[in-house]
Amino acid sequence: MERFDVVIIGGGPAGMAAALGARESGASVAILERDDRLGGILNQCIHNGFGLHYFGEELTGPEYAKRFRDQVTKDGGIKVFLEAMVLSLTEDRLVRAISPTAGLLEIEAGSVVLAMGCRERSAGAIALAGTRPAGIYTAGMAQRLSNIDGYLVGKEVVILGSGDIGLIMARRMTSEGAKVKLVAEIMPFSSGLKRNIVQCLNDYDIPLRYSTTVTRVAGEGRLVGVYVAPVDDKMVPDLSREEYIPCDTLLLSVGLIPENDLLNGSKVEMSRVTSGAVVDEYRQTSVPGVFSAGNVLHVHDLVDNVSEEAFVAGRSAAGFARGELSGGDTVNVLPSQGVRYALPQRIHKGEGKIKIYFRVDKVYQGRTVVVKCGEEVIRKKKTLVMAPGEMQNIEIDASLVTGDVSIYTEE
Amino acid sequence: MNTTCIMCPMGCSLTIEEIGGAITVKGNGCPRGEKYGRAEYTHPERVVTTLLKGAFGGVVSVKTDRPIPKDKIGDLLAWAASYRLERAVSTGDVIEENAADTGANIVATSDFIMK
Repeated sequence: MERFDVVIIGGGPAGMAAALGARESGASVAILERDDRLGGILNQCIHNGFGLHYFGEELTGPEYAKRFRDQVTKDGGIKVFLEAMVLSLTEDRLVRAISPTAGLLEIEAGSVVLAMGCRERSAGAIALAGTRPAGIYTAGMAQRLSNIDGYLVGKEVVILGSGDIGLIMARRMTSEGAKVKLVAEIMPFSSGLKRNIVQCLNDYDIPLRYSTTVTRVAGEGRLVGVYVAPVDDKMVPDLSREEYIPCDTLLLSVGLIPENDLLNGSKVEMSRVTSGAVVDEYRQTSVPGVFSAGNVLHVHDLVDNVSEEAFVAGRSAAGFARGELSGGDTVNVLPSQGVRYALPQRIHKGEGKIKIYFRVDKVYQGRTVVVKCGEEVIRKKKTLVMAPGEMQNIEIDASLVTGDVSIYTEE
Repeated sequence: MNTTCIMCPMGCSLTIEEIGGAITVKGNGCPRGEKYGRAEYTHPERVVTTLLKGAFGGVVSVKTDRPIPKDKIGDLLAWAASYRLERAVSTGDVIEENAADTGANIVATSDFIMK
């Protein structure tokens, strides 16, 4: 049986950054990646806009991935297992995986970093009504077929959901010669970036209808059209105003779910809001020696934040493997009044700065973010605008933390 | 011209008008919006990312190495659709100089191996 100080499950942006973080302190590292290359979802995100914060320049997804991949593969202390699917993780950190080249792998881990990313909500997950024809894809699946495999999945397209992947795919399909007839968004606003609405939809005159959803799909064999209808403020569609749109393809961009199946039946405490683990500032879960970072922990909007978070997780995991990670009591970070969740959910009292990431529950203008410990305000920050689609952060002084911390917004 | 400012999540609705040679931007909440609106009116530009097909199958992702005028995006995409790559390339390689007369070079953003 092989043994590594740090075993990382997943070789996307989080896994690669975690590996580099762990290597910084000399740990032996293994990455287990189920695809045939490192890079994860970045490999299929051929648009630009990645890396502005981390590298200070605008890169495409494959370029961003390559920066990390080159460092990982150059580093003699990181062993990469490709096409390796992890089947189980035990409490004493025995990792079992299978791969067509290595067969059954059993690896003993000093510590584990979970970096499995997330997957898309599918037609089944949103209980899409109607027949079950071909031509219904999640936006990311269509993106992979287009950008990695070179297949255009359809010619006349309707997109449900205006998340960033949906918007990006509207432009991509248009660039490849398809006609995108409509982007329908059930909410009265888009969770996608303004930049993507302007540059992916407006630039190509693609219509976006808010408070509108697909009520059912039609077609035997292949999709022939979808029905759309406006929804009221309780999101109930008004079927008297249902409209039929002929199309051969429906793309779904309706949300992402952290891929934590590996933790089913484990003792890792999960958050019902993020669908990821509950972690402290080291990104350590409730099970000692098991860390989590990236989209498997909470869905990010910027890969730059994933890299930063995973680097911390990797460095901490190496510390744990050497028995040097400081433990001690934690206090809770409790979101309220406009803050939907905050992460880490637990922090240690002590020295240094702790960056708390959070998301708000709707669009706020001119609000102040307050972090309070007991009756004492330990940090205040005025903001111009905050939107649910854009993750925020605020840094606090760990030495000011004496008990549970609350984070909220006020006028 | 009406557009949405993309400089921050606020997304101000901008109205840009030209009266007697003077350009005015209205609706912006800050100076960055004024600058953005002016540029979008006078010379809107975009970095374009797309795919090129290999002559014997496969695709490679590419980008323009600088922003190109928005009204030339169609020309560039038409050129890309008809182009067939006949050699292996690595990330960063220039595949075509001044592609479709846009003033930008087409650069590979991933590696491509001939099939």
